[in-house]
Amino acid sequence: MSTTATQRRLIRNDAPPRTAGRESIVSRSGAMLVMAVFTFYFLIPVWWLLVQSTKTRGEFSSTAPLWFTPDGFSSFVANLGTLFSYDSGVFVRWLVNSVFYAGAGAFLGTLVAAMCGYALAKYQFRGREVLFNVVLSGVLVPATALALPLFLIFSQVQLTNTYWAVFLPSIVSPFGVYLARIFAASSVPDELLEAARLDGSGEVRTFFTLAIRLMSPALVTMFLFQFVAIWNNFFLPLIMLRDQTLFPVTLGLYAWNSSIGQAPELRSLVIIGAFVSIVPLIIAFLSLQRFWSGGLAAGSIK
Amino acid sequence: MKTQSKMVAAAVAVVTAFALSACTGSSGGDSSTASSSCAPSSGKVDLTFTTWVPGMDKVVDLWNQKNPDIQVKFQTGPSGNAGTYQNFFNQIKAGNAPDLGQVEYDALPNFRVQDGLTNIAACTPVSGAQDKFVDWTWKQVTFDEKDAVYAVPQDTGPIAMFYRKDLFDAAGIPVPTTWDEYAKDAALIKAQGSYITNFPKTDVNWFAGMVWQNGGQWFKNDGNDWTVDLTGDKSTQVADYWQKLIDNGEVSKLASFSDEWNKSFNDGQQWTWISAVWGASTLETGAPDTLGKWAVAPMPQWKSGGDQAGDWGGSSTAVLKGSKHPYEAAKFAMWLNSDPEALALENKLGGLYPAAKAGADLDAFTSGQEFYGGQKIYDVFKEASSQVNPDFTWGPTMTQTYTDVSDGFGSALGGSGTLTDALKTGQQKTIDALKAQSIPVK
Repeated sequence: MSTTATQRRLIRNDAPPRTAGRESIVSRSGAMLVMAVFTFYFLIPVWWLLVQSTKTRGEFSSTAPLWFTPDGFSSFVANLGTLFSYDSGVFVRWLVNSVFYAGAGAFLGTLVAAMCGYALAKYQFRGREVLFNVVLSGVLVPATALALPLFLIFSQVQLTNTYWAVFLPSIVSPFGVYLARIFAASSVPDELLEAARLDGSGEVRTFFTLAIRLMSPALVTMFLFQFVAIWNNFFLPLIMLRDQTLFPVTLGLYAWNSSIGQAPELRSLVIIGAFVSIVPLIIAFLSLQRFWSGGLAAGSIK
Repeated sequence: MKTQSKMVAAAVAVVTAFALSACTGSSGGDSSTASSSCAPSSGKVDLTFTTWVPGMDKVVDLWNQKNPDIQVKFQTGPSGNAGTYQNFFNQIKAGNAPDLGQVEYDALPNFRVQDGLTNIAACTPVSGAQDKFVDWTWKQVTFDEKDAVYAVPQDTGPIAMFYRKDLFDAAGIPVPTTWDEYAKDAALIKAQGSYITNFPKTDVNWFAGMVWQNGGQWFKNDGNDWTVDLTGDKSTQVADYWQKLIDNGEVSKLASFSDEWNKSFNDGQQWTWISAVWGASTLETGAPDTLGKWAVAPMPQWKSGGDQAGDWGGSSTAVLKGSKHPYEAAKFAMWLNSDPEALALENKLGGLYPAAKAGADLDAFTSGQEFYGGQKIYDVFKEASSQVNPDFTWGPTMTQTYTDVSDGFGSALGGSGTLTDALKTGQQKTIDALKAQSIPVK
């Protein structure tokens, strides 16, 4: 944004005003080009995944990597069948686990973060900024770096290799708290809260009936962020889990992929499994897209 | 087992490097576990066993049916270098490691040095076990220490030469029996527009298998100090040999086990593959169009009439540190790796080639193979298995050594430096790594 603004200012200073419009078209098509390149770049792997999942094992090396084979559809169905029945349907279990970790984790995580952010934005108390800064510094620490300390702590309380081991750390979202605070500060007017209090609404009720609705665009954003983060989380489950019935789909696919040497038939399963595993993310994005972009913009206002 | 996901493994290794150093820091690298008594526990015993061999849960089920008093819980994860070893170390540190874990031979010294293994020599199930396993594997699990057994050999990867019988016959090129002949054939095959084989830059353990065959030794441990010798005569000889093939453009430089790699085998671009026994199924699935055209012969020899083979891959079942039931764990490990029924199932579901001598006589290994024109290829591997030098020792930081040498191999294939240079760099970096972990090195 600022670059274009600067450019425009420069252009205005150096060149006659009437060329400004033409330059702007050039820069606009330039931007479109860049976006097209990036879209291509990001979608090609997905396309590859789709095409490869319609192939039999022998066809991986003998057919064009980016186009379908004539009997692609039947191979696709056959691959799906194998995927869902392999090892007594363990892949379905992984999918269900992932939906649980990501769905419940993102829901609770969003709720907790929303409450924290709201409290930080709307209540005056000692140490508020300190607390907020501590939470903010949490954004800077990568989750991966915390996995091992978490493992050692969970070992102390014998919670490794359980659902809790992955679920509990997933509901913590410092970035969500940050987003919630910014958004609560800008979108929940103090006057409204005053009015609610005057009408006799308790603080908890005010939060759940009033604030949460005003904050809902940001909440969707936070939910999606958190959902994707947990869905893609790989390192924590890798360290915590040993029982494959607890695995999320990322770890399960990774384990399969690492065993291709011994069981080459897993290769096609990993590919179609990876494809199936991104479908829920695509659905989540498309269905919540409107809120998502709205929330993003709103979060950046302050 | 092959190390395919090097990149991921490296990433995992880097991220958890501090954990590793924490582990070594506390154990000091040299603590001898005396083989204390090993008595059976009373009552019902529950064990945990972590492995990444596909289908191993079925084998565990079989054991559980037969042994109501010793119940084994199957646990799994990605292959060793892809994360499970690091998990073992974390778990050993946290005191909740599984009783038994799958550990490849080249990773065992790392576990030994970091004091992650339980000595089960005193457990009666392993007494006399030495005779049941192929000779060279036993030294891998005892480290030649007195009164010591740290793991039970599971599977091996004796190396032989897969070759396109049809192409060699049609072109009238003799099938090589020595490395000299192999090099001559390489030139003839290049003239035909194909490659004699592919040089796998990331499979440093394959290269180690070549050195192994030549009688080379990369590591030695005199009971206290480690010696690193990646650049010894035998090792350098192997490096120079392959460097020449690379310089002449007689070998391809594809990434192993990639799509292009499979394709080039499927299209008949590759005439031979010097590989381990498990490569048989890799070829079958990767190059389906070449059905019936392959055959297997012993590895080319450095001396005419020689009878040396190398090994590429293989695992053991180790009793990890902290197991409360070493006797039962040892009993299970012995059954798992020597009972004919278990071995047959492991081969069928997981593709394992057993380290137990009796395993070579399983039905699966005595019949002719359709993909190899009906040849009884496992006879070749059985013989190769008996020709593997038992004195080859792996180092305690193989992941690091592999990565460093592999980087050098990559440069050499790209035209800067040579394979020997890569070994020199690997040598220096390995010594540095040992010192950094305060492992005594000469």
